Amino acid sequence: MQATTQAETLQRAGPAKTGRARRLARGDVIPALLFILPATIGFLVFYLWPTVRGFYLSLTDYSLFGLPKFVGLKNFQQLVHDKVLINALWVTLEYVVINIGVQTVVALGIAVLMHRLTESTTIRGAVLLPYLVANVVVALVWLWMLDSQLGIVNVILGWFGISPEAWFGNSALVIPTVALVNVWKHMGYTALLIFAGLQTIPKTVYEAAAVDGSSEWRTFWRITIPLLRPVLVLVLIMTVIGSFQVFDTVAVTSKGGPGNASRVIQYYIYEQAFSRSHFGYASALSVVLFVILAVVAIIQMRVLRGGESDLD
Amino acid sequence: MATTLKTTTPSAHTATAPAPGRQISWGRVAAWAVMIAIILITIFPFYWMLRTALSNGKSLPAHSSSFLPADFTWGPFKRVFGLASVAEAQAEGGSGANINFWLYLRNSVIVATVITAGQVFFSCMAAYAFARLRWPGRNLVFGLFLTALMVPPIFTTLPNFVLIRQLGLLNTLTGIVLPFVFMTPFAIFFMRQFFLGISREIEEAARIDGAGHIRIFFRVIVPMAAAPITTLAILTYISAWNEYFWPLLVATDDNARVLTVALGVFRSQTPQGTPDWPGLMAATLVAALPMLLLFVAFGKKIVNSIQFSGIK
Repeated sequence: MQATTQAETLQRAGPAKTGRARRLARGDVIPALLFILPATIGFLVFYLWPTVRGFYLSLTDYSLFGLPKFVGLKNFQQLVHDKVLINALWVTLEYVVINIGVQTVVALGIAVLMHRLTESTTIRGAVLLPYLVANVVVALVWLWMLDSQLGIVNVILGWFGISPEAWFGNSALVIPTVALVNVWKHMGYTALLIFAGLQTIPKTVYEAAAVDGSSEWRTFWRITIPLLRPVLVLVLIMTVIGSFQVFDTVAVTSKGGPGNASRVIQYYIYEQAFSRSHFGYASALSVVLFVILAVVAIIQMRVLRGGESDLD
Repeated sequence: MATTLKTTTPSAHTATAPAPGRQISWGRVAAWAVMIAIILITIFPFYWMLRTALSNGKSLPAHSSSFLPADFTWGPFKRVFGLASVAEAQAEGGSGANINFWLYLRNSVIVATVITAGQVFFSCMAAYAFARLRWPGRNLVFGLFLTALMVPPIFTTLPNFVLIRQLGLLNTLTGIVLPFVFMTPFAIFFMRQFFLGISREIEEAARIDGAGHIRIFFRVIVPMAAAPITTLAILTYISAWNEYFWPLLVATDDNARVLTVALGVFRSQTPQGTPDWPGLMAATLVAALPMLLLFVAFGKKIVNSIQFSGIK
């Protein structure tokens, strides 16, 4: 953060006012346009235009065949009464709470352990490994490990006298299971983000605490957590938004089932658009998701602003 | 860290109290135990993939609690690469169906390579214009590009699908690549950060020598930013290789299918009864292999870049 602002002020305060710089600046316009041309095409065609079009499609009846027919707010009137949507929102919320809750605690634990124990890049890398493989791969491996008959997890639980479970086939367990599978995938990544935050806390603060005879436990709660607050909020912003858009794991393992037990919002949008050809309705659903994510982001930004580091 | 601890422990004996030193080391033992447990949980599913991929499908039920391959065989890998006859495959619990694994592998390589090359190159160009050139409206345009980060991918995905369909690019690799090849807001942001930090003097010197912008970009800026460009390329390659949702929508038949989508299809194609887990695990392992190799080659860089993206 600091490096950016420094560089920017340097640049602004730089030799902008000298004659040569001004002459160079005038010559910059044409090359600048050339340099941003490909990125601008990409931005206009695949980001800006689809955003506008997405809002328009949400006001239409569109089956992908023929032309979209404008129907005003009909889709939105319909979705207010859509029981599957209400259920999907609850299921998604349950997923996000379990996923983010467990992931943040576990990642914080891993980050603190790494910070206190070792500088080894190998260990940090090992923890990061699951993050590098595809969601589909992760989903398939856990689908196999959690298989109700042959899965190794049930075998190991059996040694402790716990009876086998159909983890993806039980409507009470499917969302926690998917949430924990994704915790496994992302915990190392999240831990590294928090670890980076831990490294910004000066060693002198810890030394002072040690001199004062503070225990590790007390130091953690009284020093580490308060000083880490801005980083934690940043990590939450990055992970919560992604968590709301869970799709791959559900699509590969439970396909929304059993019943509607794991029909999360993005999977429901996908089904409406591509299995039932309700493209207009699916667009309206994604407007809902967009609004929810925007609200979540705004709330988090507020919290972030209130959470400036105690170091400054 | 370990060394400093060793050197301070003896002095603690001679000075005040030996008890705290011993307490801390017991705490460290416990902390290491937790750390090792976490690493085991992280690594074990990868081992399990390998163990299953070297097992005979027919022998899995009898050996479900064995940690070694059940009735060791290379069969699953042979099935994946189409080297096993139908009879051989069925003898080991495979379906014997023909799998175009090489085709999917080729598609994945093409898609990930083209996306990475295009996205990194075009984003670098744009980042150069945003960081080093002076032109009216520069910060406004950059701000507009960054707002694209706020729009959830699913929201633009539906209209982008309509566009790709209208262009007649469904079931083509071009259709999969196109929305990602020009830019991502993150890539531009990432590169701009580095370009801002490059000293202006070198650039000015090149200009005085009569070098144009294009020459400066290729001969001065790009070589100086080789390290961050490599990092960005690795991160882009990983996410392009692992992408599931978009290629799932665009490629519905074999010709343009990438590995992640193909894995999902293998999973749903399994006939009644038990799926061919060894074949599936061999396929996931091969699909994950390029990422694991990238990791072995660039692990340290990946770890550092993720920490950087956290601090940004």
